[in-house]
Amino acid sequence: MTIDLKTLNIEPRRQTFGHIARRFGEDRPASRYEEGMLDVQATKHFHYKPFWEPDKELYDASRTEIVMQDWYALRDPRQYYYATYNIARAGMRAAAQHNFDFVEKRGMLGNLDAGWRAKVEDYLLPLRHVAWGANMNATQICDRGYGTAVTAPAIFTAGDQLGIAQVIGQIGMDMAGGGGEALEAAKEKWMTADYWQGIRKLVENTLVEQDWFQLFIAQNLVIDGIIYPLVYDSFDASGQAHGAAAISMLTEFMSEWFSEHSRWTDAVIKVAAAESGTNAAKLSAWFTKWRDQTGEAVRPLAAHVLGDGGDAAVDQALATLNARAAKLGLST
Amino acid sequence: MAQLVSITLQDTGEGRMIAEAIEQDNPGVEMMRMPGAMKLDRADSLRINAETVSEKLGRDWDPQEIHLTMISMAGNLDEDDDYFALSWNR
Amino acid sequence: MAKKLGLKQRYGLLTRGLDWETSYQPMDKVFPEATFEGIKIKDWDKWQDPFRLTMDAYWKFQSEKERKLYAVLDSFAQNNGQLSISDVRYLNAVKLFITGVSPLEYQAHRGFAHAGRQLPGVGPRIAAQMQSLDELRHAQTQIHTISHYNKFFDGMHEFPHMHDRVWYLSVPKSFFDDARTAGPFEFMIAIGFAFEYVLTNLLFVPFMSGAAYNGDMATVTFGFSAQSDESRHMTLGIEVIKFLLEQHPDNLPIVQKWVDKWFWRGYKVLGLVAMMMDYMLPKKVMSWKEAWEIYFEQAGGALFEDLARYGLKPPKYHEQATADAEHLSHQNWSIFYNYTQAAAFHTWLPEDDEMAWLSEKYPNTFDKYYRPRFEQWRQMEKDGNRFYNNALPQLCQTCQIPMAYTEPGDPTTICFRESEYKGDKYHFCSDGCKDIFDNEPEKFSQSWLPVHQIFQGNCGGADLGDVLKWYNMNVGADNMDQNVSPEQALWDKWQAERSRVAAE
Repeated sequence: MTIDLKTLNIEPRRQTFGHIARRFGEDRPASRYEEGMLDVQATKHFHYKPFWEPDKELYDASRTEIVMQDWYALRDPRQYYYATYNIARAGMRAAAQHNFDFVEKRGMLGNLDAGWRAKVEDYLLPLRHVAWGANMNATQICDRGYGTAVTAPAIFTAGDQLGIAQVIGQIGMDMAGGGGEALEAAKEKWMTADYWQGIRKLVENTLVEQDWFQLFIAQNLVIDGIIYPLVYDSFDASGQAHGAAAISMLTEFMSEWFSEHSRWTDAVIKVAAAESGTNAAKLSAWFTKWRDQTGEAVRPLAAHVLGDGGDAAVDQALATLNARAAKLGLST
Repeated sequence: MAQLVSITLQDTGEGRMIAEAIEQDNPGVEMMRMPGAMKLDRADSLRINAETVSEKLGRDWDPQEIHLTMISMAGNLDEDDDYFALSWNR
Repeated sequence: MAKKLGLKQRYGLLTRGLDWETSYQPMDKVFPEATFEGIKIKDWDKWQDPFRLTMDAYWKFQSEKERKLYAVLDSFAQNNGQLSISDVRYLNAVKLFITGVSPLEYQAHRGFAHAGRQLPGVGPRIAAQMQSLDELRHAQTQIHTISHYNKFFDGMHEFPHMHDRVWYLSVPKSFFDDARTAGPFEFMIAIGFAFEYVLTNLLFVPFMSGAAYNGDMATVTFGFSAQSDESRHMTLGIEVIKFLLEQHPDNLPIVQKWVDKWFWRGYKVLGLVAMMMDYMLPKKVMSWKEAWEIYFEQAGGALFEDLARYGLKPPKYHEQATADAEHLSHQNWSIFYNYTQAAAFHTWLPEDDEMAWLSEKYPNTFDKYYRPRFEQWRQMEKDGNRFYNNALPQLCQTCQIPMAYTEPGDPTTICFRESEYKGDKYHFCSDGCKDIFDNEPEKFSQSWLPVHQIFQGNCGGADLGDVLKWYNMNVGADNMDQNVSPEQALWDKWQAERSRVAAE
């Protein structure tokens, strides 16, 4: 029997789930972002206290000092749920792969001046360890955070940071003609080179931070907010005089990702800061603490890459970040 | 009892081609059909060769594409650029 | 020019090399949960990556799966696909799924995020993070699929609220709370190994084949699509247990205790699936007993034979679970039939052809023990005297299922076990559940037992009406028997309309 079921007059009895209709104040259709995110995390009647933190519940809003009436106010402006997140990233990554193939086909890495090539190996390849630290922090935010509105994008960010670490890894392999030598050398620099130790110390300090919202500020706003413009704008711009067009192409993924990532970061912080004066004061204090640490940590790297121009580039990145933070309601 | 390794595939166009490739390359494999799915069992080991699947599909098939079709498995997994294999006693 | 590396080397370079030994902060502060469970790891580099997906491949394959899945969901909604299912009764399985299983997918997502941060090895950390992403996928795709059914049918509209409160949903909830509150290694054995590897096939393959057989193309699509991630999860589970057993002989007794515990915990939760397969599917795929034979006795047998070389034994009481397979679904469906007034899905008595199927599938037990019971209840219904159990049941302190299971080898006597802890008595449905309590009394004495909570006045009030209101249950629509439900009436109307349109 083939009949067109569309012609039947079948009225829905409700438009969405009860918990969502209560938030809307009416029964109207909800988006997939809303249905997949709102109130999905359990809130009540937990059976056992965690062995690993017996003074808290399994999901517990007190894992940060930030206080929100409604944790689902921390919306993601991209409205990502799993499907839209993956489809967006698959597209970005396919474009990046296209660039990799283009650069390889034309042997563009061969156009790099020898001196700048060494600089790229010094500054770019060890950054995969920074991305890996960021991956751990994003995972920590997902783990310890409260409410799916913020924890779901956090695990997406963890995937992003791993993906970025692997993009850098692929650049390192291509620079070594396909092998792992350049990456191994880069790890040695990460561990021992003077100009990396400030940043490594900074990253390790974030790895022991237990307040997940402070970690959100430290990683997503401050560390990403200083390193991405410094590396992918300032360093990259200097490279153009040294035949580094290929590097710009291979790191386009990171530039594009950073501007998208910042939209989410900013939206979350802005809402949390607007919630209360206490929140705004805490967020501001965390911001200045991590900004000052990060600013100092990156100066040796900037000097190594840009020489005398290093400090100016760092100052510029800090000024941009301060302006951004001020717009979010933080005092700088 | 023989130690069976097992793979369950979605009963789709591509799934059926992979199942055919498995039957061709793995003597003694047994197939059980369920609604929407096919379960292939074999004693001790089972191997999917990318070359055989590629021939069946008429295009290059990457063994990681198995992730689009596989529903379940039993055994230790080993994968590389040209094969996907399950076995006990690794 | 570029030498092309193979998959294994490429993957190794792009992942293993990422980690470093911290020196500005001590490693035990970076990984504070690495040792408290007593697990000893000598060399994380011995970890063998079970699958080798880099993020670019992950995004590529997962986005392709999601495109296909959401195309099916869109077309299902546009074409009123809900009318093509075999029978409206089938949807009770979907209700059980969204209220009982989807919240567990979410719990798995957060749990693997925890493991994906806390495990000190880079290989397992990445695998756990990917699984965390996958499990979020499963929770969201299930919600998005069932969202369409929720627009037309009852019992799905309050799934997170109910999951946190309703008596029988505390069974799956406490199971996952138990795993989540354990340390990261126990979590990996509990969920990664015992649940994903040993037991998940019993949950998903029957559920999804059942959906396919009953015309629910939306559920079958998310189900099989989710299962395609499952193979990665299973390889992670088996790698975890081998790795722990290979690393240090002291790990064996700890792991054995976890395997015993989590087998029994998982098996008890899967009793809900047993009842779904044997009683709730209008068109039945296979019996619980058959599924148990294929997926536990056969597949589990091969697995534990493989693990025997490490000294690991098959889980304690597995013989009893196999013997119980003759009884489990019948006893569970009886519980829900008795308490239909308090359940957010509908119940019914098996019809003649279903009784015949059950007799055939359970020749040793159905006619002897269960058919007479169902026939008696059928007679009572006919007499206008449908049987309800109005007394609140005693719950097992561990699995939280009402104490309605029978003694091993004696299907006419209810099994009771008890233990004393700090002067209080605790009750259990089985030796397996008692053992679990006795190993961790401090943990399991905390259980939020729904019946105790009702008696203590924490669930909206003293009488059933108050409690159901507190559950946000739509009384008279979500609960009670199928044949008197509003959705049955609507379904009959829609089908009549459909026939009328077809006839024109």
